[in-house]
Amino acid sequence: MAENYLHSVHVIKEACNGCVGCVKVCPTEAIRVRQGKAEIVATRCIDCGECIRRCPEHALVAKADALSGLQGYKYNVALATPSLYAQFNGNVPREAVWQGLKELGFDEIFDLSAASDYISAEIAQYLRQHAQGRKPLISSACPAVLRLIQVKFPELIKQVIPVLAPGEAAAVYKRSEVCQRMNLPREEVGIWFVTPCPAKGTNIHQSVDVKHSEVNGSISISSIFAQLSVAVAKIGDECKKQDKITTGSSYGIGWGAGGGEIKAAGITNALSVNGVREVYELLEQVSMNKMPDVDYVECYMCAGGCIGGPFAAENRFVAQKNLDKRIRRMQRLEPTDREAAMALNMNCPGFPTSEEYVKVLEPRPMMQLDDDITVAIKKLGEMEKVLTHLPGLDCGACGAPNCQSLAEDIVRGAAHETDCIFILKANVRKFAQGMIELATQIPLVNEHDDKNLAEKGSDKDETK
Amino acid sequence: MKVEYQVPGGDFDRAGEASANIKKLLQRIGIPADVIRRIAIGTYEGEMNCLIHAGGGRVVAEIEPEGTVIIISDQGPGIPDIQKAMQEGWSTAPDYVRAMGFGAGMGLPNMMKCSDDFNIQSKVGEGSTITMKFLYK
Ligand SMILES: Nc1ncnc2c1ncn2[C@@H]1O[C@H](COP(=O)(O)OP(=O)(O)O)[C@@H](O)[C@H]1O
Ligand code: SF4
Ligand SMILES: [Mg+2]
Repeated sequence: MAENYLHSVHVIKEACNGCVGCVKVCPTEAIRVRQGKAEIVATRCIDCGECIRRCPEHALVAKADALSGLQGYKYNVALATPSLYAQFNGNVPREAVWQGLKELGFDEIFDLSAASDYISAEIAQYLRQHAQGRKPLISSACPAVLRLIQVKFPELIKQVIPVLAPGEAAAVYKRSEVCQRMNLPREEVGIWFVTPCPAKGTNIHQSVDVKHSEVNGSISISSIFAQLSVAVAKIGDECKKQDKITTGSSYGIGWGAGGGEIKAAGITNALSVNGVREVYELLEQVSMNKMPDVDYVECYMCAGGCIGGPFAAENRFVAQKNLDKRIRRMQRLEPTDREAAMALNMNCPGFPTSEEYVKVLEPRPMMQLDDDITVAIKKLGEMEKVLTHLPGLDCGACGAPNCQSLAEDIVRGAAHETDCIFILKANVRKFAQGMIELATQIPLVNEHDDKNLAEKGSDKDETK
Repeated sequence: MKVEYQVPGGDFDRAGEASANIKKLLQRIGIPADVIRRIAIGTYEGEMNCLIHAGGGRVVAEIEPEGTVIIISDQGPGIPDIQKAMQEGWSTAPDYVRAMGFGAGMGLPNMMKCSDDFNIQSKVGEGSTITMKFLYK
């Protein structure tokens, strides 16, 4: 089972035209085109969704759960992410979104911005208590970033802040709270992310950051958006009478976009970085210890933050505008002091603290050529040698992202030098020349042979 | 296994290429991530010194099953007072280099700190050679 859930991104073979676009953008070099179709190396995929965005044929998709899954539980709770609200204009009341979710089948909604308020406070506290030690600390909220660190930057694991992602903390809180209040057994309560994020879905089954995820499934925003937006439009303003639910502050809502987390945690000496290339580049610099004078780096795999997630329905700039507007409107009614504004909303008694639930990130280096170091070094030498034969154009026509990866695949036994079209061309030319040379060496048995040949040739010309 | 990289003098466009390449190679032989990090940082500092202070040079990595040896050599001006150069904070880096965030005088001390064995040879007018050994365990 574990193997199946290593990643949720997969290829629809019939739709793939082998263009290698995805191969080139994958940050962990996890995709190859073989026999004209993209293939994902399961152990390397981190579910960042970059290939999904890149594919013009929509042949790359991610798994998520269907609403029909709700039928497996007596009582269903939707965890509404800040990025969900960002799909709607900033003046659409949150209550309308909640009511809309209820019409889709959820019994109760939990506003994740409330969890973000708690987690922000925890981050701020951790930083205060750990002023010493290796810096910068790295945000733990984006599971795709965590998996990138496992695969490509295991040396940075110690710098990842041991704090739960808001959604995971919320699920822990909600399950016990609901079970107690409703007097239900734990297994009869379904807890669902309503999310723009494929990596969150994977994290349920193959969690990297929490010992045991209390989330039962993840529903992609894009899959329910048509239904939800129709419902929300119908509900309009007359939804405000419904039961009061716990909500977060404007700062908690801000977590939906890049920069929101450090703002909510009140960290000034920090960097906010989002987007696959950008995060990769930043982590490289952190790994080289080139920014020990920064306290915290907020990293999100999707450009723009979670509002840029592959399962978002709305364009990320529109979503950003929506979110900003909602935040401005909320701030008009909030105390101006950040901590005061957040405290006002933190009324979830018994909200869990991370320590008990957080799991230390495990290294998952995927690059080594062999388990035996002597063999690995030998293969590395071969790889370097193969590389000197390759043209160094990194064109991707072989189906690997660059010449180095092809060299690697060759020494691993998964590819051949002639997968490189330039080598293939050179070989064909050499072979053809050899044939010509051989042809000139074939002894003619008699004059007739030669004449026959000439006549046949001219016959052909005439018939053309 | 041995690899060699040329370091172009003064060319910041290609700064850090040798150490980045060596890091990539080491990731493929499956040694602890922390050791790779130490090697990358030490090599990077040496590479930058070559580029900034010596008008270029070369980086050699000898990758073996027990450890890796990094040799960084140049035919630059040499270091007149090695003891002084090894002090934390000592730097003769020109202003434009400092403006780029280099020249904190921490390179050589850090190279010594992050390696398991550190040797520096330098002669004024002839150049410098730094040898760092890193063990995997
Ligand atoms: N390869 C080299 N050639 C000549 N001088 C060097 C070389 N490496 C270091 N130095 C000298 O040693 C000083 C200290 O080096 P380092 O500790 O790396 O600090 P920084 O590079 O920040 O100046 C340099 O400022 C320079 O004067
Ligand atoms: S940025 Fe947000 S949506 Fe994108 S991968 Fe990370 S957690 Fe998921
Ligand atoms: Mg230096």
